[in-house]
Amino acid sequence: MSAPRTCVGIVLVSHSARVAQSVADLARGLAGGAPSVRVGVAGGTGDGGLGTSAELIVAAAREVDTGAGVAILADLGSSVLTVKSLLVDGELPDGSRLLDAPFLEGAVGAVVAASAGARLDAVEAAAAEAYKYRKG
Amino acid sequence: MRDTDFFRRWMDTATAAVEREADRLTELDSPIGDADHGSNLLRGFMAVRAALAAGEPAVASPGEVLQLAGRTLISTVGGASGPLYGTLLRRTGKELGDAAEVSDDALREALYAGVGAVAQLGGAAPGDKTMLDALVPGVAALGTSYRAAADAAEEGARATVPLQARKGRASYLGERSIGHQDPGATSSALLLNALAEVAEGAA
Repeated sequence: MSAPRTCVGIVLVSHSARVAQSVADLARGLAGGAPSVRVGVAGGTGDGGLGTSAELIVAAAREVDTGAGVAILADLGSSVLTVKSLLVDGELPDGSRLLDAPFLEGAVGAVVAASAGARLDAVEAAAAEAYKYRKG
Repeated sequence: MRDTDFFRRWMDTATAAVEREADRLTELDSPIGDADHGSNLLRGFMAVRAALAAGEPAVASPGEVLQLAGRTLISTVGGASGPLYGTLLRRTGKELGDAAEVSDDALREALYAGVGAVAQLGGAAPGDKTMLDALVPGVAALGTSYRAAADAAEEGARATVPLQARKGRASYLGERSIGHQDPGATSSALLLNALAEVAEGAA
């Protein structure tokens, strides 16, 4: 008997709470609802402002962690740096990883891959794949 | 040798400097940033002051003072300066280990490592118009004296005026970032000046 299969959790870190939530909704919608995937959001400073909250990131990562790994996408500057420093500090669940991917496109790739049961490496590859799609 | 109290005074003096200069830092951040550097750092350092005063968690060594300060900045600043300054102090603190007193040589070596960690985290190099333009010449002058380090950092901060930003939000402005002093380099100089003041016994 194998253990029940769990999906990689996804965390979206944006300077804006509305951006994080909207991208989560979009990615989930494009993944056909993706009921099996936990998508956590950490948007803004926690008091409604634009910025990054380490506390929200840690909370979101813990919320989506089921032991299969946590794939984190971040939008800009302090979002990226805060995730990196939390990782160095060991404050995120084991198996957490910051994906090198564009925020929105990467989120869609990651949620779709995770909902299909992909492991963390494959989720990361799916998100990074978005860099290869040229628009011009 | 420098004891735990020396490092508490350093953080307290740095907090006072940020309080004094917050408006100026935000002003510098207005033309090339998002006008929040002063208020972000002020929030962070006030939290550092409160954390160190709280006595919980207890801090019993120079390394613990800096690590607590660094963790507090990462969790309270809300902008890129949080993880950057947080990494600087935390890495420096880790390098100091749990010794109850540290030599000036050990502090200098630890600060080198801390500045290296900032460069690695942000991916910036000297000349990119960032904190590193003050920190790198600052720590390089630590071998001379704390005052020399503060002066070199201040000079480095002023020398960012003609530079074009290559990292952070200011880099999106391209050539229009030229002609403004970098706010992060400016606050880095404040931090090293606070260290010099404490070392000179003035604070």
